[in-house]
Amino acid sequence: MNLVPVKAAEAPRKFDLAIIGAGPAGMAAAITARECGLSVLVVDENAAPGGQVFRAAELAGADPALARDMAPGLELIARFRALDITYRPGTTLWMLEPDTGTLSLARQGESMEVTAERTLLATGAQERPVPIPGWTLPGVMSAGAAQIALKTAGMVPSGKVVLAGQGPLMWLLANQLIRAGVMPVLVETRTQPILRTALEAGGIFSGFGQLAKGIGLILKARQAGMRVITGAKHLRAEGSARVQALRFEGGVEPCDTLLLHEGVIPSTHISMAIGLEHGWDARQLCWRPKLDAFGASSHARIAVAGDGAVICGWEAAVAAGQLAALDAGLRLGRISRADRDFRAEASAAALLQARALRPFLDALYAPSQEILAPPEESTIICRCEEVTAGSLRWAAAIGATGPNQAKAYLRCGMGPCQGRLCGSTVAAVIAETRNVPVEEVGHLRPRAPYKPITVQELASAQQRVDSLP
Amino acid sequence: MFRTRPDHRPETVQVFVEGRALMVPEGSSAAAAILISGLSSIRETPVSGSPRLPWCMMGVCFDCLAEIDGVANRQACMVPVVAGMRIARQHGAREVQR
Repeated sequence: MNLVPVKAAEAPRKFDLAIIGAGPAGMAAAITARECGLSVLVVDENAAPGGQVFRAAELAGADPALARDMAPGLELIARFRALDITYRPGTTLWMLEPDTGTLSLARQGESMEVTAERTLLATGAQERPVPIPGWTLPGVMSAGAAQIALKTAGMVPSGKVVLAGQGPLMWLLANQLIRAGVMPVLVETRTQPILRTALEAGGIFSGFGQLAKGIGLILKARQAGMRVITGAKHLRAEGSARVQALRFEGGVEPCDTLLLHEGVIPSTHISMAIGLEHGWDARQLCWRPKLDAFGASSHARIAVAGDGAVICGWEAAVAAGQLAALDAGLRLGRISRADRDFRAEASAAALLQARALRPFLDALYAPSQEILAPPEESTIICRCEEVTAGSLRWAAAIGATGPNQAKAYLRCGMGPCQGRLCGSTVAAVIAETRNVPVEEVGHLRPRAPYKPITVQELASAQQRVDSLP
Repeated sequence: MFRTRPDHRPETVQVFVEGRALMVPEGSSAAAAILISGLSSIRETPVSGSPRLPWCMMGVCFDCLAEIDGVANRQACMVPVVAGMRIARQHGAREVQR
């Protein structure tokens, strides 16, 4: 592992390509960019490469609960580590100035500035919020959180575990938990019928490999004896000091840990903060940056690749990362257009293949309106500032036309998470109240610092600027 | 509450959660250490004082804000444990150090 502390002042300060995120897209882009002869900086908040899907793969690779899922990631990580790439783990990008290519980074209490001709945002996905009544109770977590705990520390929830919601991750996590010695109960919220959705959405033949893998996960969990409750509605977490049960229409499941999941959405915090153009994706029900086939954004120096661009999983992210790196090679004059297009063919084909099943998955696991815009007045939407659905509807009714106005009315989006978690729900509730499409109410415009930094970090940045040659 | 699987993750690091010594697997975050410790909450919110434990474990939600080695408002899920780390609950909004 690359744990040798590098003094910020000793590191190079100018790069051809800066990549934000060391997941599949970021790692693949870094490898391809090096092959094109670019100098590459990779900045990642986590301690090791892998992103979320291959999180801590070098530690988790030998864990029987995870080994088979981590194997492809280990190969990618090994190739990434073998190359001459300036890789900074445990480092936070807190400001990006696209016009000058200046990145402000914080690492272990120090801050520094570097510049890059081009920046690739490979910031991945985050789980869609699941704002049901009681979701702030201790013991209620996102499903991804439990998976991260398993990957990074090999730990599992003790006592009764209930998984509630829907999506491919639920079945994967269920299998991983079972392999790790935990038998959860799955309360599925899926409302779309499988067969009809498949016939309407298509892609089940070209995406057969992925489909077979998914069906395999479902069968294995059922064969292991996991109890599955389907078609659950009106979920609520109950308990006094911590969660004690999941209640839903027609049933109740006692639990010590409740893991919620309703799919993932692109992490657009930085792409929105720097003002890239975004569009509403009506199929995936999320905002995403407007990009060309190579991931180039509305800003001449910025590209986006991977699940931060469109939700499609790690194989598509690898291909998209490669395409963005090739495009960087062309734009910085290291390869010709013909060379870029020739080298892009394999990645473009891989991308197409990886996308085959996506329309089916998107349709099958479309979240219901009660998840997008919680109907109950008292349900908390903004966890930081504890803003409820009821107060948001009030704000929307008296003139808050979008999330940026609601933020001024109620502080939702003004807490430490800066609206990362509540942003999509706030927009959906306002849209529903105003009876207009979500596109019309818009999205939050985050501002730097993208994550809180200390005064000490800010002060160290100033010193470094002064001491520049 | 979470439990570890020492058969598969034998390497451990000693940390202190609310002053109590605890062995946690190498690679854990400070937030993971709190979950292993069985503490009923990692913080109380500044608005209503309601107890919270981590929600996302990946740096999105900021529900795991804690005091780590004397520095408040750290995202505990983004801080890997090191030997001797002191992790403490955060009550309400953090205070400026006096």
